[in-house]
Amino acid sequence: MTSSVVSPETAQHASAAGSAAPAASCPEQVAPSEDLSALRVVPARHPGRVVLAVVVGLVVAAVLYSFVTNPRWEWGVVAQWFFAESILRGLLETLKLTVLAGAVGFGLGLVLALMRLSPSALISGVSWTFSWIFRSTPLLVQLLLWYNLGYLYERVRLGIPFTDATFFDARTSDLMTPMLAAVLGLGLHQAAYAAEMIRGGILSVDQGQLEAASALGIPARDRSLRIVLPQAMRAILPPAFNEIIGLVKGTSIVYVLAHAELFFTVQLIYGRTQQVLPMLLVATVWYVVITSALSVGQYYIERHYSKGAVRTLPPTPLQSLRARLARLRPSSTGATS
Amino acid sequence: MSVQTPTRSGGLVEIRGVHKSFGDLEVLRGIDLRVEPGSVTVILGPSGSGKSTLLRTINHLEPVTQGLVSVDGETIGYRREGNLLHELHEREILRQRTAIGMVFQSFNLFAHMTALANVAEAPRRALGVPRRQAEERARELLALVGLSDKEAVYPRQLSGGQQQRVAIARALALEPKVLLFDEPTSALDPELVEEVLAVIRSLARAGTTLVVVTHEISFARDVADEVVFMDQGLIVEQGPPSEVLDRPRHERTRSFLQRVRTGEAAPVESADAASPASAATAAARELARER
Repeated sequence: MTSSVVSPETAQHASAAGSAAPAASCPEQVAPSEDLSALRVVPARHPGRVVLAVVVGLVVAAVLYSFVTNPRWEWGVVAQWFFAESILRGLLETLKLTVLAGAVGFGLGLVLALMRLSPSALISGVSWTFSWIFRSTPLLVQLLLWYNLGYLYERVRLGIPFTDATFFDARTSDLMTPMLAAVLGLGLHQAAYAAEMIRGGILSVDQGQLEAASALGIPARDRSLRIVLPQAMRAILPPAFNEIIGLVKGTSIVYVLAHAELFFTVQLIYGRTQQVLPMLLVATVWYVVITSALSVGQYYIERHYSKGAVRTLPPTPLQSLRARLARLRPSSTGATS
Repeated sequence: MSVQTPTRSGGLVEIRGVHKSFGDLEVLRGIDLRVEPGSVTVILGPSGSGKSTLLRTINHLEPVTQGLVSVDGETIGYRREGNLLHELHEREILRQRTAIGMVFQSFNLFAHMTALANVAEAPRRALGVPRRQAEERARELLALVGLSDKEAVYPRQLSGGQQQRVAIARALALEPKVLLFDEPTSALDPELVEEVLAVIRSLARAGTTLVVVTHEISFARDVADEVVFMDQGLIVEQGPPSEVLDRPRHERTRSFLQRVRTGEAAPVESADAASPASAATAAARELARER
């Protein structure tokens, strides 16, 4: 009988810590003499974490210090150009390219993913071939090919084949602006990757969901769009945001087409002023700003699609901050007692 | 649980000469079965006997290799012209399925939808019922299975028994002529089995034709009009529960029931209220050992 040896206080601690309470120490017998509501949990200490936090803090401080104090970063120049009109115009082009190429990429990617899952070998084969080609050729080559399409096909004609009927006829080089070449190049390349990502998400959804929907007579279109895709989103979103963020920075490759997006604009400027590093910093900080905004969006969108997948939604950063503050207050008063 | 009839009148299910193979494996080897309108048929048999497959052929989730399945004289999955069976377009098959509800062993509730949305989804998408009307009906059906307070809850926040009751409400939402239950309590904890069986009991003879694959012998005895015992892809014997369960004519049936009974006896002694449930798990364990 251990309860006779252990003092009531330690026995109480043992049961509070979740260890198997001996059957003999019946709570009803202890309770009348003791006020259980006075018990307080002392959070476990983690000295290792504190040490690590200090080390990381020092490293971060040192890096920040060098950023601020090293004059060669030329922060003055960065500040001077950061909101310059030409930079903002370049930024707008970058955003435009991202949105258009992203829309083409993910829109076509969804279609390709659904095609790939089709029972028809022809349809799924076409999708496979598309992904194969566009994933195997370098993006740079694709961009230059689209831009130089006029060299391969001088005119674009729309009409009835083998007859003289023509509805539309134009010189390819007139149609193919750097912007169009960039959207086609980036978008189709993106679509090949997006297709595989979306397909992966769809495959991750339990087969029973489709079976239940079929048994309920729900049409194929609704099965895909209302039952499977919303559940696939959880698996699709993290890599999708990877791709979108990659695309934001990937648009900088379009400088080869001399399209005045952010990176090309910066290059033009430092070509004139020779302030290479600060100008690259201007572009970099803008990319960081866009990426940060996207990351915040990603958090909330992922949270939206986790509905039903988890028992309780994780708190938003704002909610957890508030909870943390609320926890700090009573414990600071409690420490004095 | 009081239940007002939520369904249209029951359908006649006719299964004639049905064979089903998966590759070289012949799972159904010639099944003939007639399920009367509004009746309750319980299909028993060891795992691997083909009972779930047979159930799934009724709503064409599993197309048959040979033979015919019809509900109220309408061939399922095909249009018959003399000796030709024209495969139906998917839209037609979906329409046929709206008359045949199904409840799965693993519930298969739509995880990203609330209980209410789960029940309202099929009428909205398959029959084009307006949202408000579908949700109103869904509320009634959730009340019917005793889950009025769980409308806004997601499946993962419900117990297994509650999930299965939502799944039953979901199947009822289309007002099917035939309702198929594929081992509806096999994935449940013993103490949750009874709440699901109670709901199924309340549906018996409410109009809908019920076909239930289960291991719950006492449920079969209470509710079934017809008990079918299957083994190795064939119907070994069938008849009213008083015959098949109490005076089985075939040795195979007798030994199966024997094993299930020995499982049933133990929990009764322990004065467990949910004895049929424990019997089922015991039977399942027994069968697992046999495999």
